[in-house]
Amino acid sequence: MNKLSNYQLFLCRSLSIWSRNIRVWSKLAGPSLMGNFGEPLLYLLVLGYGLGQFVGEVEGLTYMTFLASGVMCTSAVNSASFEGMYSAYTRMEVQQTWLGMLATPISVGEVVCGEVLWAATKSLISVSAILIVSTVLGLVEDAFAILILPIAFLIGLCFSSLALLVTSSAKSYDFFLYYTTLFITPMVLLSGVFFPINTLPIAVQWLAQALPLYHAISLVRPLMTGGEVTFVFMHLSVLVVFGVVAARIATHRIRKRLIK
Amino acid sequence: MKAVNSQEAIVKLVNLSKVYDGKAVVNKLNIAISPGVFCGILGPNGAGKTTTLRMLIGHCPIDSGELSVFGLSVFDNASKIRASVGVVPQMDNLDPDFTVEENLHVYGKFFGLGSLELKDRIKELLEFSSLEEKANSKISELSGGMRRRLTLARALINKPKLLILDEPTTGLDPQARQAIWQKLRELKKQGLTLILTTHYMEEAERLCDRVIVMDHGEVMADAPPKQLIKSEIEAHVLEVHAANEFLIEELKQDKSMARFEHSGDICFFYGEKLSHALDVLERSSHDDYLFRPANLEDVFIKLTGRDLRE
Repeated sequence: MNKLSNYQLFLCRSLSIWSRNIRVWSKLAGPSLMGNFGEPLLYLLVLGYGLGQFVGEVEGLTYMTFLASGVMCTSAVNSASFEGMYSAYTRMEVQQTWLGMLATPISVGEVVCGEVLWAATKSLISVSAILIVSTVLGLVEDAFAILILPIAFLIGLCFSSLALLVTSSAKSYDFFLYYTTLFITPMVLLSGVFFPINTLPIAVQWLAQALPLYHAISLVRPLMTGGEVTFVFMHLSVLVVFGVVAARIATHRIRKRLIK
Repeated sequence: MKAVNSQEAIVKLVNLSKVYDGKAVVNKLNIAISPGVFCGILGPNGAGKTTTLRMLIGHCPIDSGELSVFGLSVFDNASKIRASVGVVPQMDNLDPDFTVEENLHVYGKFFGLGSLELKDRIKELLEFSSLEEKANSKISELSGGMRRRLTLARALINKPKLLILDEPTTGLDPQARQAIWQKLRELKKQGLTLILTTHYMEEAERLCDRVIVMDHGEVMADAPPKQLIKSEIEAHVLEVHAANEFLIEELKQDKSMARFEHSGDICFFYGEKLSHALDVLERSSHDDYLFRPANLEDVFIKLTGRDLRE
């Protein structure tokens, strides 16, 4: 009983942070949506149309249909990562918002949980927008595509946790370029967003399969195109494990950084 | 008798220590603060004031000793303790994206307060901090004094039993500072226990029932401000600016002079009456001097020295 109410308390406090962030977001929703959703859409339309002319079909799908699921997952990754790095760093260091929160009954674990939930919400928002546009463009071929939304949320949980882990040791905004250039960008290029990974050397394929984005795409693509979803448990587990481990280490490190 | 007192204490530090890189920033502090007291902590930069305050709310792990607030050990009750504490931090951390009212609302939510309850509370606090007119203003539209008043109002959102203020008036103009002082006096009257750090001696002298002078993580003195001035230092100070050596030697002949210090081209003579020195000055052509009662700043300098701390 006591344990249950402790979990409830933890969740309530995390949600108070989540609602603080959504309140800020609602004030700046215009430009924010533009970034989260305009850019992926441009990629989808321009690459899908332009490259699609040359590529023709990929894995039995038109190129734009193939690309749409990849772009969606990438957008979930980027939204959550940006939130977990730049926005979180601003709240941690520049504005000291977190220290303000920590002067209330809120603890570091609840701050991290609230931030991760919020970043995942942003992933959900941008993926929803792209999903709607894709549906309008006739790129969605199956009603199960609605299941993409919880997966987008999970992708957000996973990548915002990773981003917070990076933020926990950041000394300035410039630090994040290491992570985006050395991790996020190569991962996006190699995980099957733009082309199927079986064209890559086998070692590179293994590398891609060791990273969470590949697993996200493996779930989202068949859901969108009515294909068969395989290894569901494994794909979900990879996202969950990366997220949980990263969030735990991030919490520990942020606690060491702020409570010293 | 003593045991009873310490049990009643709202804040109790026993042999409390904090070590950073092998250096004790807080060194075996023993302090007990009773309910309703307005306690000032003075000390040069790096004396351990802020570290001590951070320990009180569990923002700084304790290396040794014991620390309890409201009779609860901070080690495993930090969150519970913070539910009844208000904090005004040294650096403003108001939410720049929110209006004045939203800042209070969102902060109240962090304490788990309901929207209905908050509505009344916010109204009270806007009135208390004279910010009713600014309820819908953005933080960037507020003056420094208004921001500090809002930070103070925010710290009161949970109706705390203990208010902790880390240099609440640093950087404010005299009007804004006095406005804050007035609010703090009101709170004290309502029975709140307050702990404040400051670099302004006047602030401590005017507000606090009790002043703790800290240096190198230790308590150098601990008494009501008037008593500190009475017991720690001579009654008067004669400051003589840019005097020649001959004159200084002559002034030193004053039998009532208890202590002499100089800093740059200013000489300080401490004593009860210093009438001989004043006579000498009157007869000389030197008129750049000041004879005044000793104050808390003199006590502070005596206890912590004249060296710069950076």
